Amino acid sequence: MGVKHFGARVARLEDPALLTGRGRYVDDVNIPGMLHACFVRSPHGHALIQSIDAGAARQMPGVHAVLTADDLPAPMAGARMPMLVPNAAIAALRTQHCLARDEVCYVGQTVAVVIAESRYLAEDAVAMVEVDYDPLPAVSDCRAALEPGAPTAHRDLPDNLASAFRQSFGDVDAAFAGAPHVFRESLFQHRGGGMALETRGVVAHHDRITDLLTVWSATQTPHIGRRMIADLLGRSPERIRVIAPDVGGGFGPKAIFYAEEAVIAAAALLLGTPVKWIEDRREHFLAATQERDQHWDVEIAVEADGRIRGVRGSLIHDTGAFVPWGVIMPYIASATMPGPYVLPAYQLDVKVALTNKVATTPVRGAGRPQAVFAMERLMDRVAQGLGIDPAEVRRRNFIQPEQMPYAVGLIFRDGKPLVYDSGDYPKAQAEALTLADHAGFPARKAAALKAGRHIGIGIANYVEGTGLGPFEGVTVRVQQNGKVLVATGATNQGQGTRTTLSQIISDRLGCRIEDIEMSIGDTAAIANGVGAFASRQAVNAGSSAAMAAEVVRARVVQLAARALGVPEAEVAIEDGKAIAQSGNRPEIGFGDLARLSQGMPGFSMAAGDMPGLEHTAYFTPPQASYCSGTHVVEAEVDIMTGGVRLLTYSVAHDSGTIINPLIVDGQVQGGVAHGIGNALMEFMKYDENAQPVTTTFADYLMPMATDVPTCRIAHVESPSPLNPLGVKGAGEGGTIPAAAAIVAAVEDALSPFGIRFSETPLTPERIVEALTVAGAYKRAAS
Amino acid sequence: MIAKRNISVEVNGALRQAEVEPRLTLADFLRHTLDLTGTHVGCEHGVCGACTVLVDGRSARSCLTFAVQVDGRAVTTIEGLGPGAGGLGVLQEAFQRHHALQCGFCTPGMLTTLTELLNDNPDPTEDEVREVITGNLCRCTGYAGIVAAALDAARRLREGEA
Ligand code: FES
Ligand code: FES
Repeated sequence: MGVKHFGARVARLEDPALLTGRGRYVDDVNIPGMLHACFVRSPHGHALIQSIDAGAARQMPGVHAVLTADDLPAPMAGARMPMLVPNAAIAALRTQHCLARDEVCYVGQTVAVVIAESRYLAEDAVAMVEVDYDPLPAVSDCRAALEPGAPTAHRDLPDNLASAFRQSFGDVDAAFAGAPHVFRESLFQHRGGGMALETRGVVAHHDRITDLLTVWSATQTPHIGRRMIADLLGRSPERIRVIAPDVGGGFGPKAIFYAEEAVIAAAALLLGTPVKWIEDRREHFLAATQERDQHWDVEIAVEADGRIRGVRGSLIHDTGAFVPWGVIMPYIASATMPGPYVLPAYQLDVKVALTNKVATTPVRGAGRPQAVFAMERLMDRVAQGLGIDPAEVRRRNFIQPEQMPYAVGLIFRDGKPLVYDSGDYPKAQAEALTLADHAGFPARKAAALKAGRHIGIGIANYVEGTGLGPFEGVTVRVQQNGKVLVATGATNQGQGTRTTLSQIISDRLGCRIEDIEMSIGDTAAIANGVGAFASRQAVNAGSSAAMAAEVVRARVVQLAARALGVPEAEVAIEDGKAIAQSGNRPEIGFGDLARLSQGMPGFSMAAGDMPGLEHTAYFTPPQASYCSGTHVVEAEVDIMTGGVRLLTYSVAHDSGTIINPLIVDGQVQGGVAHGIGNALMEFMKYDENAQPVTTTFADYLMPMATDVPTCRIAHVESPSPLNPLGVKGAGEGGTIPAAAAIVAAVEDALSPFGIRFSETPLTPERIVEALTVAGAYKRAAS
Repeated sequence: MIAKRNISVEVNGALRQAEVEPRLTLADFLRHTLDLTGTHVGCEHGVCGACTVLVDGRSARSCLTFAVQVDGRAVTTIEGLGPGAGGLGVLQEAFQRHHALQCGFCTPGMLTTLTELLNDNPDPTEDEVREVITGNLCRCTGYAGIVAAALDAARRLREGEA
C-alpha cells in the first residue's frame, strides 16, 4: 500500500489554487451579458407598505427591470418561504415572502429588486424606487416582546410568542427542596453574526437550449437550495442545478435558504439573461441571519461537597421576525446545558420571542455556547460559594468514562434520546489543566498582583452533539483515464472537505491522493445531498466516503482477478493499479479496469455484474455523536482601561478519531477566535425601534491577530462507536466553551474586587463600569 | 454621469489600459474589468483588508482606492506574487505548510500585506507580524497559522531560499 493518509497531517489539496488567486467564488463567476441586481430593503423595523413606485427607477440608464412581489412568478409571488426545520412546538410558523407584500417586519427585509447593467447603476436606481411606508410600532427587546400589551412583530399575530416548551427529567422540585445549597444566576448572552469574510451572493443563468437553470450561490447547502427554488418557482428539480463554488466561510448563516436566492433565480428566468447579486457588508449586517440575545434565569442545587442535585430555570430566546430554521437553536441550548456532569434532575422552560429584527439561526455553536456559559457560570458560583477550587468542583461532578454510553434523560435535536456515545471528561480536563500549568497559577497570580497586574484563570467544559443526520452521500467512480472522481453533497467553506475525503478514499481504495478529482457542492454531481451544518460532514460524508471506497475496491479486486487470471485473494491494490501477488506479478491499471467494467457492445455482462466501477453510499447516523473538551484560559485585565489580554489558551479536544490533525487544529484555533469575539467584543446592537446600529466592521468588532493567542491543543481521542471511522464533528467545539472560560478568567482576575460577571460580551466599558461600582478606583486613589 | 477617463496601469508587470468611470473602485477594476478575481472584497469600507493590493510596492485598500488614482502606477495582486504558472512562492508555500488559510477569502490580502512586511523587515518578531495584520480580518483560522507561516517564510527567505 502507498502512503497512509488517514490520521496524517496532510497539507491541503485546496490550497495551491487559493494561494495564487485561482479560487472561484461566486463573485468570480462572470457570464457574458450578465446583469447585476441590487435590492430595495425596508428601512423600518415594522411598517405597512402602502405603495411602491418604480417608474423613475425604470427610466434610469442601464436599468432593465425593477421587480416587486407581484412581478414574481407563481407560486413565489404569493407564498411564504418554506420552513426548513418544522417542529410541533412552534406556535407561529412564520417565514417571510421572497419580496415583501404589504408588511415589512425588520430593517433589511427585501421589498423589490433592481436589475441593471452594473451594480453601480443598480444602486443608483434603488435610490429612486419610491416606497410609501406606514410605520408601525416595532418590538426590539425579546423580553419586552413577551410582556402583555407589547407591540406585535407581525400585525396579524396576537402576541410574540413563537414557541414555548419545557425540557425536563428527574424530580427537580425534590432536588431543590432538600438541597443544602442553592445558587442563582441571571444571565444575558449575546452572540453576533457568522460574519464570514465573503458575504452572500448568487448568480443565476437560464440556458434556453437545455432549459437548465443554474444557480451559483455562496451557500452551505446547495441541495436544500435546489429543493427550495424548485418549490418557489414551481419548476422540476431536474431542470435546476445549484452550485456552491468556493465559499468564503460559512459558520451557519449560509446554511439557511434566503429570499435573495429565489428572487435572483426568478429574475434570470424572467429576463432571459444571467443575473448576479453580491451582498455588500452593510446588507450582510441587516439581512443575513445572526444569533443574538438570550436571557437565562437559572439555579443550581448542590450537596455540601458540591455534587449537583439539580438545575432549573428559564430561557428567553430572540428569534427575530421569522423562524426559517425552526426553533432548534434554543432547543439545542436546552439540551446542551447538562454538559459533562451527572445531573440527576433538570428543568428548563424555554420561550421563543418574535421581534422586529432579522431572524436568528445557528451561528457556529448554535445555542451551545450559551448553554455552556449558563452551566459553567453556575459551576463557578458553586465553587465560589463553597470555597472549592473550580476545577475540583467540576471533577467531582463528571460523568465517568465507564458510564459510557450515558443517557442524559432528554431528547436531543435529532429526535433521539440524548445518549453520550463516548468520551473521557476527567481526562480532558486534566490534560487541559496540565497544558495551562494550572498548578503553577497561584504563584503566577501572586507575583502578578505584587507587580500591580491582575491575572485570572477560567475553566469551561462542554459536550456537543455533532454529526447530525439525515445523511450525506459520496460517489466514488473510477474513470477510464485512471482518475478517481468523487462526488458529494457535502460542501466546503474552508473546512478542507476535499482533503479529508481524499485522505479517506485514497487509503481505502488504493489510489494516489493526487489522482482524485472532487466534485463538491454541485447538485448535478450527486442526486441527494444535505450540506454543512452541525459539524456533520466528517461523520456523514467521511463515513460514506469510506463505505463507497470499500465497495469500489472490492469491485476492482473482482475485475482485476478476472483480467489477470488469478484468485481474488492474490490481488493487491496500490497507487491505482491492481497487481497479482503471484507469477511474474502482472498488473492492470484502474483506467483499464474502468473500461472493462463497461462491458462490450453486444455482449452480456457476467452474471451479477453491475456496469461501471463506481458506488454511491449514503451514510445515515443512528444518532448524534458527542464531541467534548475543556478550555482553560489565563487572562490579564488592565483595570484602568478594562482591556483584556489573553495570556494563554489551552484546549483539550475530543472529537473522536482524527482524520487530519492539521485541519482539526485549525478548526479548534479558528473556533476559539470566534469564541473570543463572542466573549469580549462582537455585539450586534439595535435601538429601541429595532434599527440596527452596528453595520460596519468599525462598529461591530471582530477579533484581530493581536486578540487571539495561539492555542495549546491536546487531543483526547475517544472514538465514536456510531460510525465506521470513529469520528465526531470538530467545527464548533472551539467556539462553544470559549466565552464561559474567558469570562471566568476575567472574573478571577478581578477577584480582589469581588466582581461577578454574568453576561457576554464583556466589553471594556462593562468591565470599567463594574470596577467603578465595586469602588476599585476609589480604593486605588486613596 | 461623469465622463469616463482613460487610465494605464502596470498590473503584475503588464501594461493595462482601459476607459473607466471615475467612481470605479480599484477592486472592481481589477476584478471585473481585468478579470483578476484573486483580489477579494469583504467589506467595501476599508476595515477587513481582504482587498489589499500593492501599489508601487505599498499596501493599499483597493476598495477605498479609485481606479483613476492608480493611473501611471504599478499594481501587484495575488496573481502576481508567486513565481508564475500557478507555482507557489516561499510565503505561499509556508501558508500551505502551516494551514494559514481555510476558506481562502482573506488570503490575498494577507499575502500582499505580509509581502510588504517581509520586504521592509526581513526579520520580524511575532508581535510585529501580528501588529501588521491587525488590518486584515480572518474569520476562519484564528491567525495562528498565518503568524507561523509569516515567521517561517521570513526565516527561509533570510536563509536564501528563493
Ligand atoms: S474590502 Fe477593502 S478593506 Fe474590506
Ligand atoms: S481563511 Fe477564511 S477568512 Fe481567512
